Amino acid sequence: MTDNLEPDVVIIGGGPGGYVAAIRAAQLGLRTVCVERDSTLGGTCVNVGCIPSKALLESSHHYEFAREKAATHGVMLAEVGLDLGAMQKRKTGVVAQNTRGIEYLFKKNGITWARGSATLKAGNEVEVRGAPPENSVTVYKPKSVIIATGSVPIQLPFLPFDEDRVLSNTGALALGEVPERLLVIGGGVIGVELGSVWRRLGAKVTVIELLPSILAGYDAELAREAEKAYRKQGLDIRTSTRVTGARRDGDRVLVDVEKDGKTETLEADRVLVSVGRKPSLSGIDANALGLALGARGEIDVDDQMRTNLPDVYAIGDAVGGMLLAHKAEDEGMVAAEVIAGHNSHMHYGAIPAVVYTTPEVVSVGMSEEQVKESGREYKVGKFPYSANARARTAGESTGFVKLIADAHTDALLGAHLLGPTASELVAELTITLEFGGSSEDIALTVHPHPTLSEATREAALAVLGRAIHI
Amino acid sequence: MISIKVPPLGESIVEATISRWLKKEGDVVAQNESLVELETDKITVEVPAFKAGVLTKQEKKEGDVVQVGEEIGQIDESASVAASTPASAPAPAPTKAPQPAPSPSPAPARAPAAAAGGVVTAAPKTSPAVRRIAADEGGDPAQVAGSGPGGRVTKGDMLAATSASTASPVAPARTPAPAPASAPSAPRAAAPPPSASASQNGRETRERMTTRRRRIAEHLLESQHATAHLTTFNEVDMSAVSAVRDRLRERIEKEHGVKLTYMPFFAKAASLALKAYPAVNAQIEGDTVVYKHYVNLGIAVAADNGLVVPVIKDADRMSMLEFSRALSAVAKRARDGALAMDDLTGGSFTITNGGVFGSLVSTPILNYPQVAILGLHKIQDRPVAIAGKVEIRPMMYLALSYDHRLVDGQQAVLFLVRVKELIEDPAAMLVE
Repeated sequence: MTDNLEPDVVIIGGGPGGYVAAIRAAQLGLRTVCVERDSTLGGTCVNVGCIPSKALLESSHHYEFAREKAATHGVMLAEVGLDLGAMQKRKTGVVAQNTRGIEYLFKKNGITWARGSATLKAGNEVEVRGAPPENSVTVYKPKSVIIATGSVPIQLPFLPFDEDRVLSNTGALALGEVPERLLVIGGGVIGVELGSVWRRLGAKVTVIELLPSILAGYDAELAREAEKAYRKQGLDIRTSTRVTGARRDGDRVLVDVEKDGKTETLEADRVLVSVGRKPSLSGIDANALGLALGARGEIDVDDQMRTNLPDVYAIGDAVGGMLLAHKAEDEGMVAAEVIAGHNSHMHYGAIPAVVYTTPEVVSVGMSEEQVKESGREYKVGKFPYSANARARTAGESTGFVKLIADAHTDALLGAHLLGPTASELVAELTITLEFGGSSEDIALTVHPHPTLSEATREAALAVLGRAIHI
Repeated sequence: MISIKVPPLGESIVEATISRWLKKEGDVVAQNESLVELETDKITVEVPAFKAGVLTKQEKKEGDVVQVGEEIGQIDESASVAASTPASAPAPAPTKAPQPAPSPSPAPARAPAAAAGGVVTAAPKTSPAVRRIAADEGGDPAQVAGSGPGGRVTKGDMLAATSASTASPVAPARTPAPAPASAPSAPRAAAPPPSASASQNGRETRERMTTRRRRIAEHLLESQHATAHLTTFNEVDMSAVSAVRDRLRERIEKEHGVKLTYMPFFAKAASLALKAYPAVNAQIEGDTVVYKHYVNLGIAVAADNGLVVPVIKDADRMSMLEFSRALSAVAKRARDGALAMDDLTGGSFTITNGGVFGSLVSTPILNYPQVAILGLHKIQDRPVAIAGKVEIRPMMYLALSYDHRLVDGQQAVLFLVRVKELIEDPAAMLVE
């Protein structure tokens, strides 16, 4: 790649938002440079987020199955042992596969990977500082810039990350031994997923959540049922519980909590702090550039991903909203298309949010609370997996499908699933939302038998008041 | 196989009569080509083919009464020659620019699924719920405005379009009121009765009331029940207008191709009298009186299948010649069955002429919600007293039926007197 210092677009950040924006831009014929300071592409998602966590969830799920469920299938295993080292190695291998895959895609699409840290300067100049020992400095003068700097975990002031005893997602994914006692502060997606991994592998896990329910932002009924399922699995979940202080004590961490006026000190050998993430504006001096930010420090953009600075776009976690890789990816595509002159717009009405525990938790569209608040009259259709043939044969019948539709037009407003492979099953509902479809449309569509997707159809029939199998 | 169904025809219309099949069984039809004419009260509506194909079956005959939503025939769309719509290029997502289509291959209307042996029809652009509603209620999704992404017709759109309370895309929202009948009127028979049966050994014949007849009946009854109606009379000496007509008839016909009848004179006289007595040109809406500052004159016309009352808009602004022309044109449309919704609505006053059939005097029924109607009658030479002497004059009785709720006796009488005066002294119509 000849080093063109005046490309059409420079993308700052090679995570899911950035690298997808780069590929899309290249597809549209734009000369593209993507800056990534990490030794691999893929950002948080591929390296210390989505991919490694899914790999561990997969492996730990198999481990738990082997120990708890294999016998019920008549599969007799003498002794089920755990080689965490091998499990971690597999995870690392999967991550590497993905990062190499992105590198290959860059080459294939003729995208320049500028290795180093970027600083955005006035006039849309991007200065890239390479790593030691060369410490090279390259200054790009692109026509457009896309900021895709992502987010970082929020740290508790009294319990800073050391990635040894006090962990963020990064440390929690890399543990070389199963903790005896793991305390998870924050009952959101990351806390619940990683808490599940270590619980399955033998840790005693306690999840502490400030709000009255875990998984804030999800449909309340869905979150409640998920919590019940996790408790049944042995996850110690403490809601409406506040962390008031913490301190290290040799190998252990002591955390003070308070609930309903009662205080307690919990002890753990590792603590995962997963209280949320905040936008990272690394290399972006918003003040100096006059870049408009929102209330939580996220970059302010319109639905075409434009910031207030001409020819500067921003996507992904850096702009806040749903902190999801697929949301970043789609925003990346919109930004690239807009730069290429297309009239693309991002819309947020049908972005599924997934928790990859067992059972999986998925939401797309409006929650029941949001629908209530909107004042719209609505109908709900629910169907439990306990009444679904396929779920029974798989022995995974915890959970349900819940569909919310407009009472008058039957337009689908929201879909919420708790159950096996819900993350895959939601696609049908996302498409229905995108098409402005109704629950009757789903009800009239043939679903193969026996599948879990039939529960979706039954839930649609339930909206119409005529479910067959319940 | 596509079902041809009777589409929604408008508010409270539940049935129609098949007046004419425009295509025969076996004919090839193009998409949107008209297949059949359906007749309702006043309007004839054409039903188009939703898809190209061959008209394989006519399930109902001309003259049959059919319900909205009923299947009246079938089209075999696979029998058409037309190329099918290519389904290869992915439809652009609402949020993004269209992706470049991978080597487009023209997609034929899908072949039947191999293993299952089920027949799959060509890719529909409607969703299952929309098709179900179309099948149940008889709507045409192609004619419904879509509010969904990409202009898609959603279930909500379809429900709104086929519900009884909204206008259908095919017929006008409100059916025009049928003509009020003066006592003996429209001697010509209505559309052929759908079924006539003899009973009682041929001493009686039973015929089902046509849609049209039923609606006329309902309208007339409504008129009678909703108004305080009565009639006032006068008589008019037609000699002056006759003389004008005789003098000018030939030239007018030669120069303008228009036959000068008495009607334009009465139209002009009535228009002027309505200006002088505006209550006679008003309407009652709830507890409001609406005075109209225009005169839309309805003229009762005998058409093939009954009486119609086409409306000449702004008749007061027309010269008698212009009025004549407009009346001729609309009368022709009425006889040809080609009247449009606009021809039949919006009237503020009506003139009916029973004289053509020989009526000497009558009490016309109000063309509700109008508050008055002028009845013209047979012109008959009669001896009348003029300045102490008996003279034979061509006389016509005039009748004005009016709604006493709004028009009081004095106004009605004076209105009629004014008409009389203007007709007896046509030069006065020049001045105003």
